[in-house]
Amino acid sequence: MTQASEKFAVDDRGYYGKFGGSYIPEMLYPNVEELRERYLQIMSTPDFKNQFDQLLKDYVGRPTPLYYAGRLSEKYGTKIYLKREDLCHTGAHKVNNTIGQILVAKALGKNKIIAETGAGQHGVATATVCALMGLECIVYMGQLDTERQKPNVERMKILGAEVRPALSGSQTLKDATNEAMRHWINNPVDTHYIIGSVVGPHPYPDMVARFQSVISAEIKTQLMAQEGRSNPDVVIACVGGGSNAIGAFYHFLDHSSVRLVATEAAGLGNDSGKSAATTALGNEGILHGSKTLLMQTPDGQIVEPYSISAGLDYPGIGPIHAHLFDSGRGEFVSVTDEEAMQAGILLSRSEGIIPAIETAHALAALEHMSFASDEVVVINLSGRGDKDLDTYIKWGKY
Amino acid sequence: MNRIDQAFQDKKQDLLNVYFTAGYPELEDTIRIAKSLDEAGADVIEIGIPFSDPIADGPTIQDSSQKALNNGMTLAILLDQLKDLRSQVTVPVLLMGYLNPIIQFGMEKFCAKCKEVGIDGLILPDLPMHEYIDVYKTLFDKYELHNIFLITPQTSEKRIREIDQYSRGFIYTVSSASTTGARASISEGQEDYFKRIRDMKLKRPIMIGFGISNHDTFQAACQYADGAIIGSAFIKVLDNDSTAMSIKKFVTSVKVK
Repeated sequence: MTQASEKFAVDDRGYYGKFGGSYIPEMLYPNVEELRERYLQIMSTPDFKNQFDQLLKDYVGRPTPLYYAGRLSEKYGTKIYLKREDLCHTGAHKVNNTIGQILVAKALGKNKIIAETGAGQHGVATATVCALMGLECIVYMGQLDTERQKPNVERMKILGAEVRPALSGSQTLKDATNEAMRHWINNPVDTHYIIGSVVGPHPYPDMVARFQSVISAEIKTQLMAQEGRSNPDVVIACVGGGSNAIGAFYHFLDHSSVRLVATEAAGLGNDSGKSAATTALGNEGILHGSKTLLMQTPDGQIVEPYSISAGLDYPGIGPIHAHLFDSGRGEFVSVTDEEAMQAGILLSRSEGIIPAIETAHALAALEHMSFASDEVVVINLSGRGDKDLDTYIKWGKY
Repeated sequence: MNRIDQAFQDKKQDLLNVYFTAGYPELEDTIRIAKSLDEAGADVIEIGIPFSDPIADGPTIQDSSQKALNNGMTLAILLDQLKDLRSQVTVPVLLMGYLNPIIQFGMEKFCAKCKEVGIDGLILPDLPMHEYIDVYKTLFDKYELHNIFLITPQTSEKRIREIDQYSRGFIYTVSSASTTGARASISEGQEDYFKRIRDMKLKRPIMIGFGISNHDTFQAACQYADGAIIGSAFIKVLDNDSTAMSIKKFVTSVKVK
């Protein structure tokens, strides 16, 4: 959880280059300021570290394997490793962050938790840790998403959370985030807001990145054991807000020999008007408390993005990713629905792993790239595909 | 002198600031409603720039903002409509809005336009104070725009003092931990908070907003402040009847028992 990067660390005002900051109304200022003042101190206490490490090990099931995907490697003529975040408890990397934040919330003396969710993975991961800690949990989810992701709604309810449909705006993830922020404005004293990605006002992007950085810390150790080197040549991950990607990139940020590849959801194509590829289609703006790249109209109204994957249809990206894009440190690749679904089927058939459709976008990057035979490529397998069976079935081409 | 400062100098108490969303209920209503409010006796007018994701606002203003956007309102259109403002309206006029549409328009171009059409002040709830001080203060001063900051029941005394230092025109005192929205009464806890702010003897006038809806809540707020701000309750009036007569009736009902 230490700050590994010299060049890509957040500055003391919460910026990565020109992106980030804390653009929030005064009503949220005391809460965010309290968190900003205390998060690093809380995270550095031995008590916190012990609990976090113990829970990641015994409850989440870490370290997750770094698996050499032999048949996939053969197909692409290089060495491909899969970081198996899909094997985490609750089925995705999201729980690394919710474990960390629930411990921060407890240290801050907060006894109520709120969260936003799109596809429901972060909502489930939050409901899970609230059950674990015995804290009250309210999850905001766009009304449309509650209909599209019914099983996850029921999972959250089984875990004891209250799911509140966000009825405003376009009734999806950005509106769930708006509603969670409004809830926090109305309940500033006893409530902690667990944001699910590296978005929101400072210190959220940095705090979430630190919790997810366990992914790349493990990759380094595991790669050393398996390949005799701690740095791969390439790391590939999908980006919605960007929490799994930054987790996979984190400890390689300063190693310029490591190519960092982020895949964005291009829906039906970037020219179709139905896409969520923020770096391809967005420009600088301010939403949900930070300055970043956003999909918006020329008048500055936020555009509702589209992707077949409910976890990638966010109109922005985390400010650190905007900075990785802007500085050229990160390579951003647009992947369409169709390419992602084909990649999902390919992984299922060649390795016996059905990936989440978000994750399938990372796998599809392989088709856009070429590699030398001795290169080491790590793909962050951020989540499993159980939640997406309906989407696979509707797509139908398998 | 800035019209806002003039207003507080001319009238020592019970100033009424009324908010409405630009382009609502109809796209072309902006000037007509501002003029009706002026004639009806509002002391300050606050015009909201609609935004798709207004996180500090409750359902009423979210809804009016979305309808204004559906009507086709943009910041460029609003500023164009406002070119007739000063031939129709004499009281101070503020623009309230979230940063993103303004940044896309261009902050300096926006400020220049504001001065050109006769806007007196800005309320930008998501503008951080340090960014105002470091980046925008000189710009706002150049175009003679008062930037008005908000305080809430959770704002520390130290920060209130700092806000008093940098706020111009008045301090917008948010009445409770909440988003915008009309409420029927003021609680004892809120009165304690208003007293605490009053007793700090700040340099700037105090206007209380959020939850002010009628004569009783307006008067209760004015006991502790220089005036109060009504938003959602007025939007609901416009919902039913946005004629000059209806606006006059509402403003009168707030000011006079």
